[in-house]
Amino acid sequence: MIVGLESWTLARPELFLAAATALLLVYGVVRGEIATPFVSAATSVALLVTAALLFLPYREGTAFSSLFIVDRLTATMKSMVLVGSAFAILMSRAYFEQAKAWRFEYPLVVALATLGMMLMISANDLMALYVGLELQSLALYVIAAFQRDSVRSTEAGVKYFVLGSVASGMLLFGSSLIYGFCGGTAFVQISGALADGRATEIGVIIGLVFVVAGLAFKVSAVPFHMWTPDVYEGAPTPVTALFAVAPKIAAMSLLVSVLMGPFKPLFAQWQQIIVVASVLSMALGAFAALRQQNIKRLMAYSSIGNVGYILLGVASGTEKGIQSVVFYLAIYLVMTLGVFATILMMKRRNIMVEQVSDLAGLARSQPMMALGMLIFMFSLAGIPPLAGFWGKLYIFMAAVEAKLFVPAVLGVLASVVASYYYLRIVKVMYFDEPAEAIDRPAFGVNRVVALAAAFLIAIFSLVPQPLSLIAEAAAKGLFP
Amino acid sequence: MSSWPILSLVTFLPLVGALFCLIVNGPKEAVDRNCRSVALVTTTVTFLISLLLWIRFDPTKAGFQFEEKVAWVPALNIGYHAGIDGISLFFVLLSTLLTPICILASWESIKVRVKEYMIAFLVLETFMVGMFCALDLTLFYIFFEGVLIPMFLIIGVWGGKRRVYAAFKFFLYTLLGSVLMLLAIIAVYWQVGTTDLPTVMEKLDLPFTWQCWLWLAFFASFSVKVPMWPVHTWLPDAHVEAPTAGSVILAGVLLKMGGYGFLRFSIPLFPEATQYFAPLVFGLSIVAVIYTSLVALVQEDMKKLIAYSSVAHMGFVTIGAFVMNMQGVQGSIFQMLSHGIVSAALFLCVGVVYDRMHTREIAAYGGLVHRMPRYAFTFLFFTLASVGLPGLSGFVGEFLVLLGAFKANTWVAFLAATSLILGAAYALWLYRKIVFGELTKDSLKGILDMNRREIAIFLPLVLLTIWMGVYPNSFLDPMAPAVDKLIGDYQAALKLARTAALVP
Repeated sequence: MIVGLESWTLARPELFLAAATALLLVYGVVRGEIATPFVSAATSVALLVTAALLFLPYREGTAFSSLFIVDRLTATMKSMVLVGSAFAILMSRAYFEQAKAWRFEYPLVVALATLGMMLMISANDLMALYVGLELQSLALYVIAAFQRDSVRSTEAGVKYFVLGSVASGMLLFGSSLIYGFCGGTAFVQISGALADGRATEIGVIIGLVFVVAGLAFKVSAVPFHMWTPDVYEGAPTPVTALFAVAPKIAAMSLLVSVLMGPFKPLFAQWQQIIVVASVLSMALGAFAALRQQNIKRLMAYSSIGNVGYILLGVASGTEKGIQSVVFYLAIYLVMTLGVFATILMMKRRNIMVEQVSDLAGLARSQPMMALGMLIFMFSLAGIPPLAGFWGKLYIFMAAVEAKLFVPAVLGVLASVVASYYYLRIVKVMYFDEPAEAIDRPAFGVNRVVALAAAFLIAIFSLVPQPLSLIAEAAAKGLFP
Repeated sequence: MSSWPILSLVTFLPLVGALFCLIVNGPKEAVDRNCRSVALVTTTVTFLISLLLWIRFDPTKAGFQFEEKVAWVPALNIGYHAGIDGISLFFVLLSTLLTPICILASWESIKVRVKEYMIAFLVLETFMVGMFCALDLTLFYIFFEGVLIPMFLIIGVWGGKRRVYAAFKFFLYTLLGSVLMLLAIIAVYWQVGTTDLPTVMEKLDLPFTWQCWLWLAFFASFSVKVPMWPVHTWLPDAHVEAPTAGSVILAGVLLKMGGYGFLRFSIPLFPEATQYFAPLVFGLSIVAVIYTSLVALVQEDMKKLIAYSSVAHMGFVTIGAFVMNMQGVQGSIFQMLSHGIVSAALFLCVGVVYDRMHTREIAAYGGLVHRMPRYAFTFLFFTLASVGLPGLSGFVGEFLVLLGAFKANTWVAFLAATSLILGAAYALWLYRKIVFGELTKDSLKGILDMNRREIAIFLPLVLLTIWMGVYPNSFLDPMAPAVDKLIGDYQAALKLARTAALVP
């Protein structure tokens, strides 16, 4: 089949991002270090323009001999990833400048990672999936270790690389099994083979287990979460912020489209796996975070817990379930960006601090910063009327509809346990006697992002309707 | 004028005050002063507007009045639906009455972070009023849970020595109960397709096993809130550590949320399960009534004693609610209102001496009557109201509940009645220890009697207690049709279930 113009127009956003990254790379290499501020800003703008291109005008269909698919779900997920990456870049400047590691390569590597994420979200074939995933992963390994002269950053990079490669290997192995038993790597071929009984089901299931394990690693679901706390803690904070949002959303989207697409006939089989991973993630995310002192590490466990809730939505396997995934991810994106923007403002005598105890008495020294954090924490804990509550409500609605009663009960109980450590941060900020005060945050991107995130949370709390309409439209893509 | 959304106005007006407080800026003195005034004015105006509800309330109608309905999240079929009937009317009034009193009571005792304190109280009022008006299960849940946030901060920031422990215990206990209710609400949603309460009441038709599960899930939430034995342990801690006004709201309004929840949701939605579990509720309530009364007898801390007495009094409430006859249910509601005022006043009484001496140890006081005659009178008045002296509000509620219980089950009535004796014992013992006797302690020699502000706080409560005791009909009449309907529907549902069981 000849790849026609149609395919290229469908992949317009990806092509634009790739071209922009390449051009900016050339510019950066020619101009050297002076180009950093421009490249950084331009990359963020390019990412946001890419997000706009997804919808102006919106087109859907498959391209490149069905390797690549665009529908409402992928477009929505991509836009979230792009927004997450763009803000992660914007938020990084102050941190890296201070660490004397502000180089023009950083935004570009993030852009490449984002390109990988877009490809994997749009993957419609196991090969395309792997290529996208690796483009993303390789770029992320590099930025985890971006602060070369920091031992912890390097350690985080190596850890992420080694464990990530194992996961990629598993994914690849699983894909080969599936190929062997189904006779093809395209999603259509797989679902076709499963539907008419050509495929040996048991073989495909084994392959699927490996693929799910690989993807579970990428979303950091238990039992493949081990890397998360170390990498979150060790990586430079802006990188952690990126890790907490963009790759997570992308991998979750991939998981949804793989499970709900070609492997839908095996629903009963994969549902068990996802339910177990979900319950374990919720529980571990809740219990392991209880005693964490480092706020980045705490956020790592919090993200594991959040993944557990999202997986519960995936496990329900219904239209409502997918809606809830999109809805939850959108709110998660806002909350997480807000929290990390606040963490990036935690400086004392101009040195970054990241212990929970450093926040002591913040409500008195920096009341607005504390108020923002209060909103994020109660929202993450899922306490109404804040937006996080709507996310959890949506997830549990889907779970109850799918008759997943026991996981739902375990989930709400885990959320009570988890609320303890979110409350602990509120306690430290509001109840404790002030420690040495945190510096007054300089006016900058982080302050704007934190403020905007808190504001958005407030809006979503009062008016969740638009978001649920977006989620509804996105889920339609999978349920024609 | 009739098109004015009075309910929403009452619900959200405090938030406007909170916004004002939030933007007030300047030197600390001025900010504190302005925030106090803004909070007082807002809550007083809110109270005055809420009086309109009572004036314009049609006491002959059983259904919901002042209804407002806006589609809020149509995608999930969740609406903003507010309305009140005879049952919720007085709870709304109780909330709006106690909040300005609380603000006034914290006028001098709260010195740090006044701005945040006032904001917390105003937000709290919105949630409380909203909860009593909510006619949508999800909306109800949002307000019900939302209360936790300001209360957590009030206990944690302005509380006593063990405030952090108490705040966490309060929050986590209540949350644990509530999340199960959330799942039950979702289950109801999937049955009916909406969480709009009138629709749910009409259409919900569950098999018996399901009713039982969902009833238990609601019970988990409300029983913690009431609180019933054995999940009452958060209450003494929270009461003791909270600042005076926090205890007042806790005892006055927050505990009523549980009792109100039983009447509004558990009983009408799951009638068969209600009947099935009624003996359980009676058993737990009787244990609460007797056991906590005994525990109250040995307390050394004034607030803790009153906290335990609250648990005992709320035991009456749950008994009354579940005997399901006119006297019982009316008595239960009346008891809640009366307890809301009397126990709130008792906590305020503790607050008066606490502000002067900064201790709540019973042993630290004695002979106050010699220095504080006005205080001695007020304290005695509310002690007797709490004990159930005829002519004061406490008597009416307890009497009605016992009457209803006697009709349903003599033993329940008999055992519950023992608490009247025990209640008199601990309340009068507390009073004697603190007010009577010789004034021997040097630290008390210079103590001053109540000032004008404090008299202004107590005066409305005293008048109301007498009114409720002497002429309870002005409260019982408006609630009668709604209670009648509640019981009628309940009996009808049971009858229907019995007939259905007979048909093979």
